[in-house]
Amino acid sequence: MALNRATIQGWLLVLPAFVLLVAFTHWPALTTLVDSFYSTPRGARAAVFVGLDNYIALLDDPVFLQALINNAIYAAATIPISIVLALAMALLVNGALPGRPFLRMAYFLPTMLPMIAVANIWLFFFTPDYGLFDQVLSLFGAGRHNWLGDADTALGAMIAVAVWKEAGFFMIFYLAALQTMPADLREAAALEGSSRFNFFRRVTLPLLMPTTLFVLVNAVINGFRLVDHVVVMTRGGPDNATTLLLYYIYETGFRFWDTATAAALTVVLLTILAATAAIQFGFLAKRVHYR
Amino acid sequence: MLRRRQILATAATTPLATLAAPAVLRAQAIKLSFYYPIAVGGPIPAIVDGYCKQFQQETGIEISPVYAGNYAETLTKAVTAIRAGSGPHFSVLLAAEMHSLQDMDILVSLDEIGMGADGKKWLEGFYPAFMANSRAAGKTWSVPFQRSTAINYYNKAAFQEAGLDPENYPKTWAQLAAAAEKLVKRDASGRVTRWGTKMASDAGNAQWTFGALANQVEHKLMNDAGTEVYFNQPKAIEALSFWHDLSAKYKATPEGVSTWASLSPDFLEGNSAIIQHTTGNLTNVRDKAQFPFGVAGLPGKNGPRTVVGGGNLYFFKNASKPEREASLRFARWISTPERAADWSMRTGYIATSPAAYETPVMKEFTAKVPTANVARNFLPVATGELSTFENQKVYKALTDNIQAALSGTKTPAKAMADAQTDADRILKPFRK
Repeated sequence: MALNRATIQGWLLVLPAFVLLVAFTHWPALTTLVDSFYSTPRGARAAVFVGLDNYIALLDDPVFLQALINNAIYAAATIPISIVLALAMALLVNGALPGRPFLRMAYFLPTMLPMIAVANIWLFFFTPDYGLFDQVLSLFGAGRHNWLGDADTALGAMIAVAVWKEAGFFMIFYLAALQTMPADLREAAALEGSSRFNFFRRVTLPLLMPTTLFVLVNAVINGFRLVDHVVVMTRGGPDNATTLLLYYIYETGFRFWDTATAAALTVVLLTILAATAAIQFGFLAKRVHYR
Repeated sequence: MLRRRQILATAATTPLATLAAPAVLRAQAIKLSFYYPIAVGGPIPAIVDGYCKQFQQETGIEISPVYAGNYAETLTKAVTAIRAGSGPHFSVLLAAEMHSLQDMDILVSLDEIGMGADGKKWLEGFYPAFMANSRAAGKTWSVPFQRSTAINYYNKAAFQEAGLDPENYPKTWAQLAAAAEKLVKRDASGRVTRWGTKMASDAGNAQWTFGALANQVEHKLMNDAGTEVYFNQPKAIEALSFWHDLSAKYKATPEGVSTWASLSPDFLEGNSAIIQHTTGNLTNVRDKAQFPFGVAGLPGKNGPRTVVGGGNLYFFKNASKPEREASLRFARWISTPERAADWSMRTGYIATSPAAYETPVMKEFTAKVPTANVARNFLPVATGELSTFENQKVYKALTDNIQAALSGTKTPAKAMADAQTDADRILKPFRK
């Protein structure tokens, strides 16, 4: 079979991306899957094949189950809150408003800061007694809050930081979509006597659906990926109240050097992400386009 | 796996190798890299850099010190780098990591590097308490370096204000609880503006705080082989109960988790009248405190007792023979009495050998700054740090349960029983 020029050229064109994807995504994912069926090699003891033992052990691991629950709560809170907030901010700064550039920048600022810096700023906000929140709340007579050191509020604090960081980023996409929306739609609606709310519900929102899907995909990924602030602020504590799945993988892999368990955890995380991606692209993608 | 690593290695080294080539050709001089953690405030990097420069001037051996974060981060970075085939030649890591590091098979013992009779004599010069976490399987695995004990820093002005004698620090738990209760200050609305005492209960530090408390009831937390822990015994539960009572019963310390990083600022800002911290923080506190402060041994149930802590120098297998020997030479150089004294004076860490306290400079210093002597005199009642196989996992099991007890979700007895169950599961493979 003779390869024609176009085929070779085509392959050459995809080659760089292909090599990078295989080297940094597919190959590591495959080796992780393989490693998850072996025991952790330690010193003189080499890894041996253990089948599904690592996965069975996970089911007995209370920290893993807690991490799953925490992550479900974390994702279920950060995703909708940050998307709704992003949309609200985009609508606000899309209109004619004094100081609009300044507002836009202010909303986007958290996105530009590295998460580690954000976490350190919020660490001060959350400090008991003399942190920002406690100082402000004390003006209203409220007592002391150990935001990060109390199992009841620690996860909420993590969610607040993530939303603060994410909303500005998603706002940019909504803003871009709003800017490309033709002005004649609004004029037509005005002529028809449509209320502003009706216009938003019937025209703006449906037209923003493709953007929302894109934002949603990103939000879901970040719901599992964004754990830098956990490392800086709580290290999963108190008593695993803020342990998220990815943080637990890091801890297992790089603090305990239990690479086999870490590999099994990673496979679980990949499966969750693959499943949500399949739902989003297979099911939702068909319904988002305005007809 | 191999292929990916090769690609990465080639990509990473090609430009560097080209750049570094002339230097390699110039001399066969030994270059060592060395990781160290910082757990206290103050200008530690400048001090370490100074030592390395001085060592190079005297011996021609170049050492590049790498600040690698706190103890846990430094451990992660060192082990990751070594597993990837590079990494430091030697490193300061927690003394308590000995069993775990040995189990990873990345250490080289001092015996293997080679020590003559004078080397053995040198090791005998250290305080025995600091060698407690250095010996296993008949070999010596680390050299004491930045060693400390847990001590109390207390605000003398606050003591006076509360009607306590600042020169007479509590010696027993009962006295401490009573004093801490009195030291709490509230504003008109009942909000606490000053806590009696604070101790670290965050990940990486809770087990150290607890180690001191356990020793205060004269309870040993593990066996020397590092394969057994004794968490669920009545004395261990008593230790955790006292910690829990300080917040629940005496309201002298905040509920929930207090972090290590916030202890020094809390103390310096007057937010806590007493903190339990490392001696290594002494210089930092001395430089920054705006009020008269005292340093005292931790009270015990019946009398003062504490735990040692801090880092030792470990040597890694991946170094060549000359590199290992050069690393050991540095270890000996930095632990000479004069240098140990210098390090102690500039940081507050305890000088690692009695001989250091006999040097003229140190004698003069301790006469001027008596607080510097407190920790050293406290060494005879100090125990070794909790150290087992799978050390970090055992630490996590203990820390999680301590935090649960302090936040009130578990009773101290239940927390210690759970910690024991977890630790037994973790340590089972190491019991023969």
